[in-house]
Amino acid sequence: MRKCYFDHVATNPLHPDVLEAMMPYLKEEFGNPLSVYEYGARAKSAIDDAREKVAGMINSKPAEIIFTASGAEANNFALRGIAIAKQNEGKHILVSRMEHHSILNSARFLEKSGFAVTYLPVDKKGFVDPDTVKKAITRETTLISVVHASSEVGTIEPVKEIVKVAKEKNIIVHTDAVATAGNIPVDVKDLGVDLMSMAAHQFYGPKGAGALYVKQGLRIVPLIYGGIQESGRRAGTENVPAIVGMGKAAELAKNEMPERIEYLKPLRDRIIETMSGVENVYLTGDRENRLPAHASFCVEFIEGEAMLLLLAAKGFFVASGSACSSKALKASPVLLSMGIPSSLAQGSIVFSLGMGNTSEDIDYLLNEFPLVIRRLREISPYAKGWGDREEGGQCTATK
Amino acid sequence: MYSDKVMDHFMNPRNVGDMEDADGVGTEGNPTCGDAMKIYIKVEDDRIVDAKFKTFGCGAAIAVSSMVTEMVKGKTLDEALAISKETVADALGGLPAQKMHCSNLGADALKKAIEDYKSRQKQQKPPAAEKLQKPEKKQRQKKTTKKKNP
Repeated sequence: MRKCYFDHVATNPLHPDVLEAMMPYLKEEFGNPLSVYEYGARAKSAIDDAREKVAGMINSKPAEIIFTASGAEANNFALRGIAIAKQNEGKHILVSRMEHHSILNSARFLEKSGFAVTYLPVDKKGFVDPDTVKKAITRETTLISVVHASSEVGTIEPVKEIVKVAKEKNIIVHTDAVATAGNIPVDVKDLGVDLMSMAAHQFYGPKGAGALYVKQGLRIVPLIYGGIQESGRRAGTENVPAIVGMGKAAELAKNEMPERIEYLKPLRDRIIETMSGVENVYLTGDRENRLPAHASFCVEFIEGEAMLLLLAAKGFFVASGSACSSKALKASPVLLSMGIPSSLAQGSIVFSLGMGNTSEDIDYLLNEFPLVIRRLREISPYAKGWGDREEGGQCTATK
Repeated sequence: MYSDKVMDHFMNPRNVGDMEDADGVGTEGNPTCGDAMKIYIKVEDDRIVDAKFKTFGCGAAIAVSSMVTEMVKGKTLDEALAISKETVADALGGLPAQKMHCSNLGADALKKAIEDYKSRQKQQKPPAAEKLQKPEKKQRQKKTTKKKNP
């Protein structure tokens, strides 16, 4: 059976060249970068090289890159590290409702620790309006965090415009670029952000490697205390093979990005065009300002996990933001914050493509997916409309 | 994540459909939460002779619906009322813990369908006739159990 992995926002396979670059550091080059003898020196030089490559991908200085173990760690680090470093100037931060859990839950932690947090609303396409940001700023505001692009709906946020608004008031801006860095051109100087999170496994690098860009001169309080690794800002013996892999993946991403986008965008467009033509199927997020390999929909009157299972039985591996497909049994807060009704959000489905996908995979999908929809609608009591469904009832799903 | 039995009932659901001449209809759940089920029953002499369902929901919700409609066919109303979330889950070879409550709507929808049937019966019959009905009902049930175990 044909296997079509369409869940690249979950993770990507390792690029063969990345694996090759990592191999020596999983085997004979096992040294600790802090050791003064040759094993240490070679490991240190491998990390320096990776740092240069990651910096090269986002147009920063190598010293502005702090390696972390994940994008989630980078997000925690940015939010908590800056909020605490700046707490004498103010204890108010802004985060958007499009954020990943690693931002939202860090914000909730800060709230419990005495900070005020404003959750910025978004429009139907998932955009944060820079004017809304402007109005939410108070004299106490020290930090704004807005995701560069949501992996759930693919919308690319106007980060540059938000930075402009923030800079009028001297406020620090962080962006979670986990879904964009390595996938679309990201230039920290052009964006103007002060901090930016990245994750290697989102651009064919290994899991366990992330990075936070911190603009030179910006003080950040560490999340992990210990040794002097990462200039004392992130302690712990470095995951040398993963960092080397991230460096190689960044180098490849930078060099191959135009071809990758040129390859992926038409595949994505075929999915969007065909599926938008199916009755009661709605594209989520913006049509134009969206990730090049991302097509997400809400399919009305059926549920996401059921779609996901039927698609998996045909060899398609995809994601959904429905309550039933989440471990927390809650519909995606991102979809709800965009004003999508909860019942429609249950029909969420996300296709995220990668370089391993072919045009034939898309043919196969566009042939099979409408059949899956039809089959589930035949089972659904709402196939002809929501009718007398109960609205606003208490969900017991959290039990 | 799901047992083979759940996957079988999800991939090949039994008794999907609407029933225009149903004697009882029960709905349970809410699409806002992710799962909602509608079950139809056909009753003859206090015995469920046919059942159909329509379900909005995840794999577990569809499998549960399919299993419940299979389980109730041929059962007396009292026997059908004894079906619980647990017996349905057991018949399916178990359900993931997080699906036990939200997606396991079959038994509750079935109870509502039986209640619906009973309230329709009440409306059709004058109060005097209903009083006479009760002992008769019990006798019939006893007879059927005897038949089953000769």
